Amino acid sequence: MKTNLYNYILELGDNCLIAGQRLGELCGHGPSLETDIACTNISLDLFGQTRSYFQYAADVKGDNATEDSIAFLRYEQQYKNVLLVEQPNRDFAYTVARQYLFDVFHLLLLEKLQFSQDMTLSAIAKKSIKEVSYHVRFSGDWIKRLGDGTDESHEKMQAAINDLWTYTNELFEVTEAAKSLIDDGIAIDAATLKESYYEKVSALLEEATLTIPESKYFQKGGKSGVHTEHLGYLLADMQYMQRAYPNMTW
Amino acid sequence: MNKNWPLWEIFVRSKNGLEHRHFGSLHAADAEMALENARDVYTRRSEGVSIWVVESKYITASNPEHNGELFEPAQDKVYRHPTFYDLPDDVKHM
Repeated sequence: MKTNLYNYILELGDNCLIAGQRLGELCGHGPSLETDIACTNISLDLFGQTRSYFQYAADVKGDNATEDSIAFLRYEQQYKNVLLVEQPNRDFAYTVARQYLFDVFHLLLLEKLQFSQDMTLSAIAKKSIKEVSYHVRFSGDWIKRLGDGTDESHEKMQAAINDLWTYTNELFEVTEAAKSLIDDGIAIDAATLKESYYEKVSALLEEATLTIPESKYFQKGGKSGVHTEHLGYLLADMQYMQRAYPNMTW
Repeated sequence: MNKNWPLWEIFVRSKNGLEHRHFGSLHAADAEMALENARDVYTRRSEGVSIWVVESKYITASNPEHNGELFEPAQDKVYRHPTFYDLPDDVKHM
């Protein structure tokens, strides 16, 4: 099995899966009917992308792996998503801040991944770009609206950005798996996205009258399977049916 | 929260060449949000190629109490339908 390729696909897919699961939690619980539908729509976009990645990962892995076994039957330390996307929905400001900070990175990544030498990854990226362009627009508009809204919404938006900022630097970490695939033009060197990422994010935060955090201390670990305490609860929720009723189908 | 959001009327063109039709209404804080909400609520199963939104307060509606004077006088004027002409057989699709 091509271990590095498999791990790199998981790195891409797990971000979509966990971000999608977090947004999906708002189904029936969004702040209004309209935002509820919007968030779950984005969640479904991300699950669609996850399926494409995991179907490919299952092919690469062989050994009777399926997209479902990869999604539902791994242990916490085997998930390679960044810490950012597993952070909980403390309030709606957190939800859109987390989403925006991920969306900007996601779009920059896909814009490069569409030119990957790996035809499957390139095809998934091309298909996902339109969806993710909308995700950035949706979450970015909300940051502006809340940041430049009332005193209370400004305060909550700023608090969410301040808290989640510490997870942004991990996005640009290059894993061993990715490193081994960059020279062949298969994986993207995430470090090269960093400058334009902070430029874009800073410009939007300014427009939203928010302060760009100056924190120099950043959390990391997600990409190597060392997660915050929140992922375990998320997985317990997500994996419950497959664990309690193995092989059940709808 | 949405108690304070104004109501918007949503018009969707389902394909090029057709007119925009009223699809429903929803709540949003501003026009941009109304467009995004409409996109998610009404076009997620590819029902549309273009969306118009207008805040409901700008719609002027006829008063149902005036239906008598507005609409009933037309009921006994069948001659306003162009049905009293003999069409030549060669004219199709009328």
